[in-house]
Amino acid sequence: MAQIIVVTSGKGGVGKTTSSAAIATGLAIRGHKTVVIDFDIGLRNLDLIMGCERRVVYDFVNVINGESNLNQALIKDKRSENLYVLPASQTRDKDALTREGVGKVLDELSKDFEYIVCDSPAGIETGALMALYFADVAIVTTNPEVSSVRDSDRILGILQSKSRRAEQNLEPIKEYLLLTRYSPTRVKNGEMLSVADVEEILAIKLLGVIPESQAVLRASNSGVPVIMDQESDAGQAYGDTVSRLLGEEIPLRFVTEEKKGLLKRIFGS
Amino acid sequence: MPKASLELKGSSFTLSVLHINTSNLDSIAKELDLKLAQAPQFFIGAPLVLNLSALGDGPLDLSALQSLLVSRQLVIVGVTATSATLSEQAKAIGLATVKAGKSAPTPAPPQAEPTPKTTRILRQNVRSGQQIYVKNGDLIIIGAVGNGAEVIADGSIHIYGALRGKAMAGANGDNEAVIISTCLEPELISIAGHYWLTENLQKHGVAAKSGCVRLEGDSLTVESLPI
Ligand SMILES: Nc1ncnc2c1ncn2[C@@H]1O[C@H](COP(=O)(O)OP(=O)(O)OP(=O)(O)O)[C@@H](O)[C@H]1O
Ligand SMILES: [Mg+2]
Repeated sequence: MAQIIVVTSGKGGVGKTTSSAAIATGLAIRGHKTVVIDFDIGLRNLDLIMGCERRVVYDFVNVINGESNLNQALIKDKRSENLYVLPASQTRDKDALTREGVGKVLDELSKDFEYIVCDSPAGIETGALMALYFADVAIVTTNPEVSSVRDSDRILGILQSKSRRAEQNLEPIKEYLLLTRYSPTRVKNGEMLSVADVEEILAIKLLGVIPESQAVLRASNSGVPVIMDQESDAGQAYGDTVSRLLGEEIPLRFVTEEKKGLLKRIFGS
Repeated sequence: MPKASLELKGSSFTLSVLHINTSNLDSIAKELDLKLAQAPQFFIGAPLVLNLSALGDGPLDLSALQSLLVSRQLVIVGVTATSATLSEQAKAIGLATVKAGKSAPTPAPPQAEPTPKTTRILRQNVRSGQQIYVKNGDLIIIGAVGNGAEVIADGSIHIYGALRGKAMAGANGDNEAVIISTCLEPELISIAGHYWLTENLQKHGVAAKSGCVRLEGDSLTVESLPI
């Protein structure tokens, strides 16, 4: 049985797709057979970040509608043989996702894969509800600012009331906080909430803190998930995040302001 | 033998009575919206009888009143204590004119047992968009109430955690109800319909501190607590 992980947030543009791509790639590199699914029907973003946009022939909606089978639609990743992408359709509208259809596809994938990572669209409408409904684990992606924290709180309420596990009175979804676009300097200047602030408000287990980083934009422009860039702070932070997801206990990094080197201290930055 | 498709049996029901004290629809709408905002679950879907005694022989656009109420999801089954003209109007729009049980010739139904007061304990955070309501009882929350969440009780509300959303105690009019939280930073706090916003709490110097909010006479007071 696969573990179904939803990467969700409520608020848009907080880094769900970036995180889905990084986490799925991280799991695959460590030897776990993983598929990442784009639930953002109509927009199609994940395939760009994963660098496989030119190889999309069939998509998630085609599979649901029975217009293609799963194997025709799954795209094998170039970098890891354990990783597959199920892209979203750019042309259909969101109502193409039905609970029955999604459930069937996830069931079929469950037979072959260890992890199924669901990249949720923003909002709390059909697409987002479909992405979280079948989840075993939720990674609530949050930026350190008030509106994002509030939307995450809202999504947590929905996970606890509208998911399959809630409806069937099963063990609740495991909820994790992933704090993204974190800037210690801006926290220090009082322009952003701190890790402690967000943890206090949301009161769920912290899975990782991803710093605001140039590496993310570089990575998405080149279609290589940022976790592959292990030189970069964001890449390393996603690496740590995947380790924690797999049960390792490791300390947080990149949460305090970088100490300036001697030269920078003398000459300014 | 085939079962008859109709059968008439006597039965008595408890209905809530909404007293209409004015024929001014605007002010009715305004007050109703306020009440609904405070405790929607009291009204929505519950069968109501309109008591029109305060209007005497005065005029009222009953049909407009009905659509006003219906648009807010209230279910009107009839009117009571009306003048003859209003009774006619009621009949015309399909509402029954009913007599209050007391004055009815039939023996009064046995008094319903007063339901004992309950307590509901929640060990969880109440999240934005969630609403909890405890009818005829107290609500104890071991956890926080987030911004955009609403907790409502006919009795008192105790929160062992931060209150950042809305809390309404004494929702059924109990002036003795209190609200206690270990960190008071609510969007709104209300007891028996008397409410405060964060700024009122700030004035009393208890914002983001532990405290107990009570009703004293007609105004709310807050006392800080060493918890
Ligand atoms: N750690 C980071 N540092 C810098 N930029 C980031 C970081 N994470 C995400 N971004 C940028 O933020 C933008 C939104 O990211 P992304 O598309 O992953 O968000 P999303 O939550 O999937 O958005 P949507 O809600 O539209 O699906 C992108 O331009 C991305 O490059
Ligand atoms: Mg996205």
